[in-house]
Amino acid sequence: MFGLDKKDTTLLLVVTLLALLAPFILNPFPEASALAQFNAGYPDLMQRFVIYGIFAVGFNLLFGLTGYLSFGHAAFLGVGSYSAVWIFKLLGMNVLPAIAFSIVISGLFALLIGYISLRRSGIYFSILTLAFAQMSFNMAYSVLTPITNGETGLQLTLSDPRILGQQATADGSIPVTNLLPGLEMRQSVQLELGGWLFTFNTGYYLAAFFLLLAFYIAIRIFRSPFGLMLRAVKSNQQRLNYTGIHTRPYTLAAFVISGMYAGLAGGLLASMDPLAGAERMQWTASGEVVIMTILGGAGTLIGPILGAGFIKYFENIFSKINENILHDWFSFLPQGLQDFVVTIVAPFFGEGWSLSMGLMFMAIVIFLPGGLVEGGQRIGQLFRRKPAAGDAASSQTTPAE
Amino acid sequence: MDAIILQTLNGLDKGSAYALIALGLTLIFGTLGVVNFAHGALFMIGAFCAVTVQRILTLSVITLDPNKTDFLGNPAKIKTPYVEKFFGPEIGAGIIDWSVPLAILFAIPVMIAIGFLMERVLIRHFYHRPHADQILVTFGLAIVLQEVVKYFYGANPVPTPAPAAFAGAIDFGVLIGFDPNQIVYPYWRLIYFLFSIVVIGGVFSFLRFTTFGMVVRAGMADRETVGLLGININKRFTIMFGIAAAVAGLAGVMYAPINSPNFHMGMDFLVLSFVVVVVGGMGSLPGAVLAGFMLGILESYASLNEIKAIIPGIDQIIIYLVAIIILLTRPRGLLGRKGVMEE
Amino acid sequence: MGILEVKGVGKRFGGLQALGNVNLSIAENSVHAIIGPNGAGKSTLLNCLVGKLIPDTGSVMFNGQSVLGRKPHEINQMGISRVFQTPEIFGDLTVLENVLIPCFAKRDGAFELNALTSISGQSDMRDKAEQILTDVNMQDKTGMHAASLSRGDKRRLEMAMCLVQEPKLLLLDEPTAGMARADTNNTIDLLKEIKSKRDITMAIIEHDMHVVFSLAERITVLAQGTPLVEDIPEKIKGHPKVQEAYLGQAHG
Repeated sequence: MFGLDKKDTTLLLVVTLLALLAPFILNPFPEASALAQFNAGYPDLMQRFVIYGIFAVGFNLLFGLTGYLSFGHAAFLGVGSYSAVWIFKLLGMNVLPAIAFSIVISGLFALLIGYISLRRSGIYFSILTLAFAQMSFNMAYSVLTPITNGETGLQLTLSDPRILGQQATADGSIPVTNLLPGLEMRQSVQLELGGWLFTFNTGYYLAAFFLLLAFYIAIRIFRSPFGLMLRAVKSNQQRLNYTGIHTRPYTLAAFVISGMYAGLAGGLLASMDPLAGAERMQWTASGEVVIMTILGGAGTLIGPILGAGFIKYFENIFSKINENILHDWFSFLPQGLQDFVVTIVAPFFGEGWSLSMGLMFMAIVIFLPGGLVEGGQRIGQLFRRKPAAGDAASSQTTPAE
Repeated sequence: MDAIILQTLNGLDKGSAYALIALGLTLIFGTLGVVNFAHGALFMIGAFCAVTVQRILTLSVITLDPNKTDFLGNPAKIKTPYVEKFFGPEIGAGIIDWSVPLAILFAIPVMIAIGFLMERVLIRHFYHRPHADQILVTFGLAIVLQEVVKYFYGANPVPTPAPAAFAGAIDFGVLIGFDPNQIVYPYWRLIYFLFSIVVIGGVFSFLRFTTFGMVVRAGMADRETVGLLGININKRFTIMFGIAAAVAGLAGVMYAPINSPNFHMGMDFLVLSFVVVVVGGMGSLPGAVLAGFMLGILESYASLNEIKAIIPGIDQIIIYLVAIIILLTRPRGLLGRKGVMEE
Repeated sequence: MGILEVKGVGKRFGGLQALGNVNLSIAENSVHAIIGPNGAGKSTLLNCLVGKLIPDTGSVMFNGQSVLGRKPHEINQMGISRVFQTPEIFGDLTVLENVLIPCFAKRDGAFELNALTSISGQSDMRDKAEQILTDVNMQDKTGMHAASLSRGDKRRLEMAMCLVQEPKLLLLDEPTAGMARADTNNTIDLLKEIKSKRDITMAIIEHDMHVVFSLAERITVLAQGTPLVEDIPEKIKGHPKVQEAYLGQAHG
């Protein structure tokens, strides 16, 4: 279907189902129960799942396929957000032109940075992208203030022209982003079933649509001759050169495509909440997408989406867990022991979420370079191997050495 | 003219910090071939060594003052630091005042230990993995170290003053024939610069004049051959990692009075230090020092109002701009050896 | 006039004169071996031919065009393919994918953004790739990861990758290094078969005299960076200079 083989079609269908049913899947606990704090089915978080999923899928097209580790991808996300907000200011509040503009501008920006950075490879490439991103970040705070509104961040005001839309709503407030006139991004339909509450949000479904589109294109790229060339770049650039191929156009194309994905993500972020700040471009933000991709499994199709979901889920849920909640969890222990355990565990929750994330990331890089996907495969093998032990020796993918 | 001299001086202390961090970075890269994204965190830990020493020295015993009462009518509490109890108020206060320089003594063993630990437990397993993996795992480590410090010391900068004796500023202009108050330079920045020169000199003479240093330099040039000679190069490289950590730590300790330490200062310096290493030439020690000072001073010049009037915002981007130009035109950096990581 | 004309090529590394005034002419559709003791400059010469090194002096003409100053990918596009001493293959990819890459590479090296076409849909390319793998007797290993192949198979795969491009000149850098005798003989047979099937010029650098004398139509002996003699194999065997510089050493 859609030019995909059976396995890829299944994968796409699974992701589609997950995306469509996310409001149910992510809200497994009744609203009133103690476990409701683990529910992630609220619009704001679901939007972030899919938007960062797009960002990571795009990053993976570059890093996963070519092995070029960019440490400046957040710059494209930031540029995408700024571009979208400018469309909201100048044209109107419809998100589609804004998103299109984000993709185009980020793509052009990626073309410029990629053209220069890809003259070098390895750590030099990483440092070049890092330098460019940090430069963009610094400029967004200083010289480019007329475009970025500096530290305050770019926001909508009542005096924006919005030539194709209304400057202000009837009650004199700033209009909100919409997909169609009357269909606002923030609109939600709520469904109450027994103790459960499910929310279906316009913004989420728009973002999910883009995620599916982005994912579909990523699958096609993975399976294309172009994708094969990119994997060859990662595997052995020298052989590729001696095969008559100049690698730079391929890596540059991958860089630009991946920058456009980041721009799409940035545009979507701004569509959900029309403001853009320079902190979105900081290199730690670039580091975050690296972490998502590696955590999920670089070079795999589904890995980046898993990684993005994982990080964003734990970022939101872990960070809400404070000492009181921990005391509740361990209330079955005697008081002294309970205090002790909570004291030990507390640094990893709440504010300390980043610590847990850093440790987890290190563990993945050290023990499981293939990320969650490899972890899943290993567990799968463990179960499969039991009935038919000994067939591992005949496995064709086992390296000889 | 006076503005230029002033900016040169202002660039020196930042340049010193860049040079010291870059020196350690390139030492680790040159000897171990490892790209260490956690090196900035070592600088930050150094700065927090100063904070720690300050806290230890100001640990106080609380006594009640029978003569005074607070507004509730209870006897007022008096905090007396232990050091003042033991050594008497005068000497005790002096020791507290000198907590930053004293922290050097504390930082050296601590940083070397941290460096050993890092190399033995983590970095060692990454020698033969791709540079990308090294970047990733040390990046993860940097996050972890930063969060640990944040957990213990909070997210806000911790003021860590220099000894009162260095609190003032030197009127440098007068010394070279300008009018008073034209070129005023804080004492501590001057100390920082001199200190960095001493540390850099120490590292260089250590590498130059000791057998240990000779082996390490040989190892930087050709690791395999030295290994074949039956010299346990790995053990020496562990020590080298400890030294690099100590250099970064010392840079951090002494930097604490210049900028109050905060948990993310390491990341801020790391990016710039990488740029410095690349400009100087990956694996070149003199290159790192030269580029560190050069970029520090260049950054300082770029923030001159006259220059900002011509190119607005140049002070924010000058270092990156230089790095990009260098990387594209002379990839091995200013003093890098030919063939080292050129492609 | 040969297909490859090397005139007065010299290359110096610091104080070491690796190549000094090498003249060499390789006739079209011939198999030409370059032999010589270790350090004679064989690999340096080869690297000069494929653009990995740029000689200090002299000229290298292929098909009437200079190769000097061209990048490796440009030289490949002129019709020169190279098999390396340690096989250079795409270790992370499958055997079939390894061969598909040169199939998809345009002869002129033009960049193609065929990002949305599916590889499995390109049956002509697959057929071509499977055919060449059959030719090198690897048809039953197409799904294996290239990194997991034996050394002999890796080299076979590398040859398939070069041959599928239908090069005019195939450079072989010690194609049997580190191979068992049986594997070596297989490789000799393979090269002979290739030669009999299509128009191709081969230049072989080799240590193994058995390989050299089984394949070569002409032999150049290189010693200390300069050609000592060049002749047909029968003459080389008994040549006193060669005995002294090379064979004597090898047998001793």
